[in-house]
Amino acid sequence: MKVVVDQDKCIGSGQCVLVAPEVFDQRDDDAIVVLLQEHPAAAHEDGVRQAARLCPALAIELDEQ
Amino acid sequence: MSRAADSPFDPPPDLRDVEPVGRVRIWSGETPWLVTSYDAQRDVLADQRFSADTQRTGFPHQSASTAERRRDFRPFIVMDDPEHARLRKMLTRNFMIKRIDALRPRVQQIVDELIDALLAGPKPADLVRAFALPVPSLVICELLGVPYADHDFFQACSRRLISRDTPVDEALAASNELRSYLRDLVLDKQRSPTDDMLGRLVADQLAAGAVTVDEVVSMGVLMLIAGHETTANMIGLGTLALLHHPDQLAELRDTRDPALVANAVEELLRYLTIVHSGRRRVATEDVEVDGRLVRAGEGIILANDAGNRDAEAFPEPDRLDIHRQARHHIAFGYGVHQCLGQPLARMELQIVYGTLYRRIPTLRSAVPLAEIEFKHDMIVYGVHALPVTW
Repeated sequence: MKVVVDQDKCIGSGQCVLVAPEVFDQRDDDAIVVLLQEHPAAAHEDGVRQAARLCPALAIELDEQ
Repeated sequence: MSRAADSPFDPPPDLRDVEPVGRVRIWSGETPWLVTSYDAQRDVLADQRFSADTQRTGFPHQSASTAERRRDFRPFIVMDDPEHARLRKMLTRNFMIKRIDALRPRVQQIVDELIDALLAGPKPADLVRAFALPVPSLVICELLGVPYADHDFFQACSRRLISRDTPVDEALAASNELRSYLRDLVLDKQRSPTDDMLGRLVADQLAAGAVTVDEVVSMGVLMLIAGHETTANMIGLGTLALLHHPDQLAELRDTRDPALVANAVEELLRYLTIVHSGRRRVATEDVEVDGRLVRAGEGIILANDAGNRDAEAFPEPDRLDIHRQARHHIAFGYGVHQCLGQPLARMELQIVYGTLYRRIPTLRSAVPLAEIEFKHDMIVYGVHALPVTW
């Protein structure tokens, strides 16, 4: 799985950090998403899928290759 | 539409049998679209061809007084991007997950102290006045930098503002009083800087010319009202709902698993959907929604309470089940306007639900359900009072 985040779309809601903290973080000055793992470990894939579904700004895209 | 007196935790029965996307007649005589299905609501909320700008022709206002009040009070929730994003971004860092987590010990302390006071006082007691309202009010006052000593004043203003029945003149007066109060506070913070949310907005953004005093005042009013009304109602109504689901309450009371408590909070947010007046938008171009053509200039109301009871998204939707995977609910809305304060609300509710029933295991309602007064008349649903004993 490959994860792509769009920092311009991100509104800093933090939904991704709540469900997949190993993969996503927030920038200190404005809460915008920071991607920690472009290719998350298999154990984190479900959390990442949930993060993509929950993101209110549609800022997370997944390539499920 | 109001909820039924005999099933106060469920969406209005009128919403049950309407089409997923249909027309509804509102107070003004206009007939905006009404969307009840979960998927279609998410689609609309994520689609910026639907505007949140209340000044656009066709916007389906909640009442005559909100329509009137929105002429001069325009917080960023009724703006579209890029204006909306510019103002909202000034606040997001305050609601970062790690910053909110850092506040847990202080919120736990507030909750514990209020429970101590409740237990030391007479019974029965009104849980709303003694606990549900003070918890989020104390928290938002500390965060914003608003003196809690003034809570009777701003809670009275807030009640007049979110009641659908408030006459236009009275709502405008309440709005003006609250704005004037916040303006004085902002000017104070300009003279003597403080390290709180309003103080930092003044020191960083206002001083740099990035916002006007009016914009800071509007943000302050919005956060003050949103910060206590919603969470307070989730505590009061959520507790009543749990008292009527004793098996669920027992599980929540006996667990030591914070993940189950967090899950229960999501399920209660879904099940109760207290912001029950619908998210409202107006189309800026022709857009198809679930097979129906919504034309530019037409209003659209998204019934979140019905969406959160859509069986396609939540199997057996009318069952309260604290183990359910419910995090994708739309109780906080969706899209770029999704509730800014949700990390704070979630954290407060997790601490409250994880503490109150454990500390007062015999907590019970002191009156039958039929005697409870529900907020059918308010934009945010809940109970006016909740007499409890233990």
